[in-house]
Amino acid sequence: MDRGDYQFSRADFLRGARMSLPILLGYAPVGFAFGVLAVNAGMSPAEAGLMCLFAYAGSGQLVAVGMLMTEAGAAAIIMANFIINLRHLLMSAAVSPYLRGWSKKLQAVYALEMTDETFAVDIVRFAEGRVNRDETLGLHVVSHLFWTGSGFCGALFGNVIGDIKAFGMDYALAAMFIALLVPHFRIPRRMLAALAGGVFSVTFIVNGVDQWNLVLATALSATLLMFLPDSWWLGAPGDKNDRSKDK
Amino acid sequence: MTEKHLLLIAGMFLVIYIPRALPLLLLSSRSLHPMLARWLDLVPPAVLMALLVSEILVTGPAGERRLFIGTENIFLLAAVPAFITGFLTRGFFGTVAVGMAAVALARLLMQ
Repeated sequence: MDRGDYQFSRADFLRGARMSLPILLGYAPVGFAFGVLAVNAGMSPAEAGLMCLFAYAGSGQLVAVGMLMTEAGAAAIIMANFIINLRHLLMSAAVSPYLRGWSKKLQAVYALEMTDETFAVDIVRFAEGRVNRDETLGLHVVSHLFWTGSGFCGALFGNVIGDIKAFGMDYALAAMFIALLVPHFRIPRRMLAALAGGVFSVTFIVNGVDQWNLVLATALSATLLMFLPDSWWLGAPGDKNDRSKDK
Repeated sequence: MTEKHLLLIAGMFLVIYIPRALPLLLLSSRSLHPMLARWLDLVPPAVLMALLVSEILVTGPAGERRLFIGTENIFLLAAVPAFITGFLTRGFFGTVAVGMAAVALARLLMQ
């Protein structure tokens, strides 16, 4: 409620930290690949680490370094990140009822470390009534630090492993998109949105709209398909049975 | 540290943090407007596929990229085992690992 009665529980924190293990397994290869690619794109290891710390968003970061390699400007990269991370609006809204008992300050910290992975774990825990603060913080802080660590290590030791292509590391981004897409395919309207997004995106790209294709294709697809009749309205936001995670 | 990279990180921080923090801090008991929720629900699949196709379906330098479909497109081929792994295991780690391994293997075989 208020900061006065906040007592830190180490046991809760450590329990949360242990829960982060599956998340860490997913983070390790992607974080490392991010670090390697960041250095290839001209960033220093410190900058790669800073990005992990302050712009904590796997797909957004990988898109950023990918765009840096094509000499894109900061504005276009930031705009692309805005669109890619819009999905967190919905996740944040989804967890808000459960965190009402937290102070605004703690909620602000929570938002700092909300990723697709932590959301997927949290929403299941929260629905079961497990809203423990320190357990949640343990899960989040350890995940965030591990992500930063893997990115930093990738940036530092990327040159040691030589050609990243031999390990398929330049495919990390595409593979991650596939992993994130799969859960959406169970819901017809989302599958249609994916198809539309893909078709529009390719159409824009081959016609020379190379940097804004993402924003335009996404907005166009979502706007057209939001008017699908309600029989297609499966997996509505707020539907308790919908546990399709985004990452 | 270059100015461009620091500016980029700062800008990314804002566009990443604000969508995560705003609903949490502003919605007390109200929820999102149904139409906005409906629209936002379709953003993740649309944006993910828009991103994916730009990785695996096109080739060429920026500005003159063209459609690239065929057996020489390793990225497109690797998407098949990756998708299958995703549907079978529903796991994030396995899908990413299989996709990357498929690309590494295809390069090895094509040398």
